[in-house]
Amino acid sequence: METLKNKVAIVGAADTEVGVVPNLSATQLYVKAAKLALEDAGITKNQVDGLITCVSFVEPYMYHAEMIAEYMQIFPRYCMTAPSGGGTTLAIMHHAASAIATGMCDTVLITMADSQLSGLSRGKAIEAMAGAGHPQFERPYGPPIPAFYALLARAHEHAYGTTAAQRAAVAVACRKHASMNPAAQMRKPITVDDVLNSRMIADPLHLLDCSLVSDGGAAIVMTSAERAHDFKTKPVYLLGTGEGHSHEHISQARSLTTSAAKEAGERAYAMAGLGPQDVDVAELYDCFTPVVIIELEDLGFCPKGEGGRFVEGGRIELGGELPINTHGGLLSHCHPGHPGSMFSITEAVRQLRGECGPRQVKDAKISLVHGQGGIMSTHCTSILGSERI
Amino acid sequence: MAEISKPLPVPTIETRPFWDACKRHELRIQRCGACGYYQFYPRIYCARCFSDGVEWVLASGRATVLSFTIVRRPVSPAYAPDVPYIVALVTLEEGPTMMTNIIGCEPEKVEIGMRVAVTFEDWNEEISIAKFRRA
Repeated sequence: METLKNKVAIVGAADTEVGVVPNLSATQLYVKAAKLALEDAGITKNQVDGLITCVSFVEPYMYHAEMIAEYMQIFPRYCMTAPSGGGTTLAIMHHAASAIATGMCDTVLITMADSQLSGLSRGKAIEAMAGAGHPQFERPYGPPIPAFYALLARAHEHAYGTTAAQRAAVAVACRKHASMNPAAQMRKPITVDDVLNSRMIADPLHLLDCSLVSDGGAAIVMTSAERAHDFKTKPVYLLGTGEGHSHEHISQARSLTTSAAKEAGERAYAMAGLGPQDVDVAELYDCFTPVVIIELEDLGFCPKGEGGRFVEGGRIELGGELPINTHGGLLSHCHPGHPGSMFSITEAVRQLRGECGPRQVKDAKISLVHGQGGIMSTHCTSILGSERI
Repeated sequence: MAEISKPLPVPTIETRPFWDACKRHELRIQRCGACGYYQFYPRIYCARCFSDGVEWVLASGRATVLSFTIVRRPVSPAYAPDVPYIVALVTLEEGPTMMTNIIGCEPEKVEIGMRVAVTFEDWNEEISIAKFRRA
């Protein structure tokens, strides 16, 4: 069967300023990210014939991508809004690649943004916090979002002996990388003790096990591998991509300790003809620290149950065996909600172009990017490369 | 009463039998007449064999704790008087998993594998919520 391997490239990638950005509305962040990505690619907005956005929580529109197209005054032949984020962001890249490979369009702009920190009224903020979970069978029990992930962390602890200090090592690594990234929202280095001494939010998760709330946007431009050499940037190729979807509600999950990241990863590796041993740098979804530990296992970087031990000793830090989240991740770079994984993609592109300065992974040729959405519900893995293979 | 502002479940045509049973302090789930599979939440067909022969049956109300967390920061002001409270996943004796609160137990005493039994908290005349206590 023909696959998407080697057929599509990312030729533009950019982030807006992130963190606290009170001077820009959500819609402005989408369009600013788009403009920066188009400038990076060296094309005008009129050369875009496909547009994909994710819906904004702060400034929602029923036809969001059409709204952004209208605002930008572009008239694409392919236009789609993703209703959510997380893993969906990478699944959107999968859709965009398919649209290019099948001739639905030539040049796709994906832009995602939100102003979760500055744009939400108090009422909307409470709604955002309380809105997760099944309205009849979960929400009455009062689970805040960290509680859902605490259930996973506790189950993993019980099954495999994973410790709070091991989870903290994930937060420490992300902060170390953020400290080397001038764009990151939280840059002051932290220690394992800082994480363990931070306020308990939902046992066993402390404040510093939880990701940020941010403003910001990011965008990419994709086109066919053949057309990619017409662009001014060094193309980053899509080598493999795969998805896995196991549930919506955590109370319906097949397992609390093994996720559909396993299927997503296996499908992406199979398409690329690569394995975890080939990955130079990984950008993993890190909304909460235990998620990274489960993803490292499910994506085959270590055996099931070994994730806690794997993250110890600097292995996931720059200079270690598998540097992850080199921009600082959702834990320390920024997390504006739905767009979260977009910053993993733009960072992977920068790493594969060799643009990361002090946080550059030496000779990075293959990057794995993983996103999850819901409560470990929906997963997509993409493998990007600096060359076609 | 803080509980008045908690989000009240709104029964649907599909979930009404569950909520009507809760009102009588009975935990009812579905069983497939064709393959014997138990399921929760309620569905039009069996989620295993996809037959339409699902029936409502009384569950034993006995379960074990699959995982839990102690919530220190309430999800909304309506839950503030309950802090710290336990949000748990429990595996019913019949097989399905439910989210619930473990009540009547010091949070620090809860553990995975603990045996629990259903109890009901009346929120109003229409809605009673299934919670669990140490068995």
